[in-house]
Amino acid sequence: MKTPRHPKPASVRTRDASPDARATAEPGGPGAAPVLAAGLTRRRFGQATAALVVAFALAPGDALADDTKLPGSLDKNRMLDAWLRINADGSATIFSGKVELGQGILTALAQIAAEELDLPLGSIAMISGDTALTPNEGYTSGSQSIEYGGTAVRLACAEAQQLLLGRAAAKLGLATDVLTVSGGVVSAPDGRKLGYGDLAGDIDLHREATGRAPVKLPQSHRIVGQAVPRRDIPAKVTGGVAYVQDIRLPGMLHGRVVRPPRPGARLDSADIGVVEAMPGVIAVVRDGSFLGVVAAREEQAIKAREALRSCARWSGGTALPDPGRLHEHLLALPSQANVISDKRAAVPADARRVEASYSRPYLAHGSIGPSCALAGFADGKLTVHTHSQGVFPLRRDLATALRLDERAIRCIHAEGSGCYGHNGADDVALDAALLARAVEGRPVRLQWMRDDEFGWEPYGPAMVMRASAALSAGGRVVDWVYEVFSNTHSTRPGQVGGNNLLASWYLAEPLEPAPPENIPQPAGGGDRNAIPLYGFPSQRIVNHLITAMPLRVSALRTLGAYGNVFAIESFMDELAAAAGADPVAFRLAHLEDPRARAVIEAAAGRAEWKPGQSGGTAGRGIGFAKYKTLSTYVAVVAEIELDRASGAIAVRRVFAAADAGQIINPDGLKNQIEGGIIQATSWTLDEAVRFDATGIISQSWESYPILTMPEVPEVIVELIDRPGERPLGAGEASSGPTAAAIANAVAHATGARLRDLPMSPERVKAALG
Amino acid sequence: MAVTLKVNGTTRVVPADPDTPLLYVLRNDLGLNGAKFGCGLAQCGACTVLVSGLAVRSCVTEIGAIGDADIVTIEGLGTVDRPHPLQRAFMDEQAAQCGYCINGMIMTAKELLDRLPHPTERQVREGLSQNLCRCGAHGRIIRAVLRAANAMGKT
Repeated sequence: MKTPRHPKPASVRTRDASPDARATAEPGGPGAAPVLAAGLTRRRFGQATAALVVAFALAPGDALADDTKLPGSLDKNRMLDAWLRINADGSATIFSGKVELGQGILTALAQIAAEELDLPLGSIAMISGDTALTPNEGYTSGSQSIEYGGTAVRLACAEAQQLLLGRAAAKLGLATDVLTVSGGVVSAPDGRKLGYGDLAGDIDLHREATGRAPVKLPQSHRIVGQAVPRRDIPAKVTGGVAYVQDIRLPGMLHGRVVRPPRPGARLDSADIGVVEAMPGVIAVVRDGSFLGVVAAREEQAIKAREALRSCARWSGGTALPDPGRLHEHLLALPSQANVISDKRAAVPADARRVEASYSRPYLAHGSIGPSCALAGFADGKLTVHTHSQGVFPLRRDLATALRLDERAIRCIHAEGSGCYGHNGADDVALDAALLARAVEGRPVRLQWMRDDEFGWEPYGPAMVMRASAALSAGGRVVDWVYEVFSNTHSTRPGQVGGNNLLASWYLAEPLEPAPPENIPQPAGGGDRNAIPLYGFPSQRIVNHLITAMPLRVSALRTLGAYGNVFAIESFMDELAAAAGADPVAFRLAHLEDPRARAVIEAAAGRAEWKPGQSGGTAGRGIGFAKYKTLSTYVAVVAEIELDRASGAIAVRRVFAAADAGQIINPDGLKNQIEGGIIQATSWTLDEAVRFDATGIISQSWESYPILTMPEVPEVIVELIDRPGERPLGAGEASSGPTAAAIANAVAHATGARLRDLPMSPERVKAALG
Repeated sequence: MAVTLKVNGTTRVVPADPDTPLLYVLRNDLGLNGAKFGCGLAQCGACTVLVSGLAVRSCVTEIGAIGDADIVTIEGLGTVDRPHPLQRAFMDEQAAQCGYCINGMIMTAKELLDRLPHPTERQVREGLSQNLCRCGAHGRIIRAVLRAANAMGKT
């Protein structure tokens, strides 16, 4: 099949300066500077339809601003050969700083590359997350890989194809615009053909990308937009080497670590000699209060760990707060207030004020496979195989902790068990390196035990959300005040002013963690999605960053958005009830954004939403958000049944409608939306990290139960494709709306409002009185 | 110490103590990656294999207690090129996100379908109730098992 020729590049370079295209980065992330991802799509529209050029014309000041910026991750990795190589056999190798976490990103990126290069998918090899080989795209986080990494791959591949075509034209003595490309073969009208392999040696990709190569129009896409099967799944269902846990290196040894009974405790003594004499034990490593063991066989390392654990004596440590008064405790801690939205208008005298306060607990990432890394020292150099979400920031903190030059460390990504944010992946890499240093020349594989992961991963922070609103006599929100209280939601490695790897704080010469920072708006951290999309004439929104950290916390899928969307969307239902309005109609009455309205209408339509009250044990509720207030739109309708005797909530069916802009892979997108819904259902009904003053109690699946197969709802997802809009990530977009939809469904069924998560049977019974 | 085991139809001698959990022998001595360490507590199911046709948690099954019983791992079901109908169905349904739990889902489903060739959706859910998935791929996993049951019923 022939591919339409590329349109000629636009003669006038337009820039998108809409707020939506601005940075959504976490600190140190891929797009800390503003990016212009949308410029690409809109420029293409300009080429296609002259009238639209006018529609997207921008103010001169915007168009000229910062002309050196390149779109997406291209901006910080500007050389074409950082992104791809055309091989002698005509295939292509793509280098990505974004990594596979089970979200299907490498398949989606391969689709984008294959599309722009006119190569079959099978001719695209992907290399990702290797400090020696790939671009530095910061972390794979925040649902940004399609938007940032995908944009870079798309533009780099489009430009490489331009160069290939230019070279082919010169060889054939023809103009480029008479050539066609299909399957990596360039054809002339007279039948002559040249494969990419024939041209690869003659083009030099070691050049700075222009970011201006014309990309394919959405209507000519053949691979992008298709539900192509994920490339990682066959190995995963047949026992292939699919995970970092499956890597076996020659001469490999097995390590385990022994953690203190509670954070901050110091190791007084351990009878190391006894453990050293155990079968298979090769080294017992103690560095200050870091304690671990290396053995020939894995089960020997586990036995030695148990022996070490029982003989280790610890003292001190941080007392944890009273779990029964957690939220009062958090509110009493020092915090920094930051007004993130302040819009004033007169409030009518007859307006009624409604107030409510909501909370969420600490949540565990709870990866099914505990974190794992392989580390080996040879010739003064350290190689680490890791499932870190950011191999470059990890390398930086490893270098500081091990007092090595960064150039002496290579971090190579391999997939781990799903992480959903910052779990133990980075910490276990330092642990493995500390053990490997004791057995130089032999690599050490270290997988944390279940209690290591549950007890020491950084949790998703507990939060308190307070809302207050005034309703006019006509049932409209005329004033909105919202305050969120939370720790930072990102203590990832690589942050300025400290070291964020767990073991570094316990060494004989300990390092300090980096001071907590909030990720700034518009993406936000604890205040992610704290600014509602609804049009309220008057609003004041305050983020309180709690600087003391009673439990170690970091990024968990959606950061603060799960708590904020739960609170805002619960409160919208409370306001609708106070106004005597239907929740769907009430939302639509306060929303102008047509894409927001479309997902709400689609979800309500699929669920056959009917206004009115319910019968007492069954209910339905809706929740909506535009993720980060600048990304994917999702509306969720949940149907629940409630057992009044036990207080158990069963979520039976969930309908969702999602608009993630241009869809790269519809099945991959659906999978992400479904997963977000089911995981958030589990968070919402079941989950809380359990602790007392002496330490973490929830150290197994028995004490940290999650949703099980008989309990999961049926999930029906409707996608709204917007081929002309920039493609967005969707891994986090459905979580917040799900929590609110469930809470609203409970209120619909019973009239009882659950404002504290999780909605445990005890809380349900208490709410029902 | 050495222990003799019958794995995927082949007799293997492994240099491990009899109290060694089967999981580590499969992975480290026999190079079989399918069974995964998830909890070591028989709570999550990621390490599931078949012993005498029954789904067992290899993380708590000592090799000395197995004797000459047949051990079947996911590698023994099929390959990428010649997949078992369950493996085929999981690929067709794209029934995984991270996929770390999938070994256990497939091996537990194998035992279920051997016992109950035409399960209802409810029976599939109950059959997999002791296998945890964290990514939320449950719906696809249920569909894959039903699809495999259907495919196996036709052959």
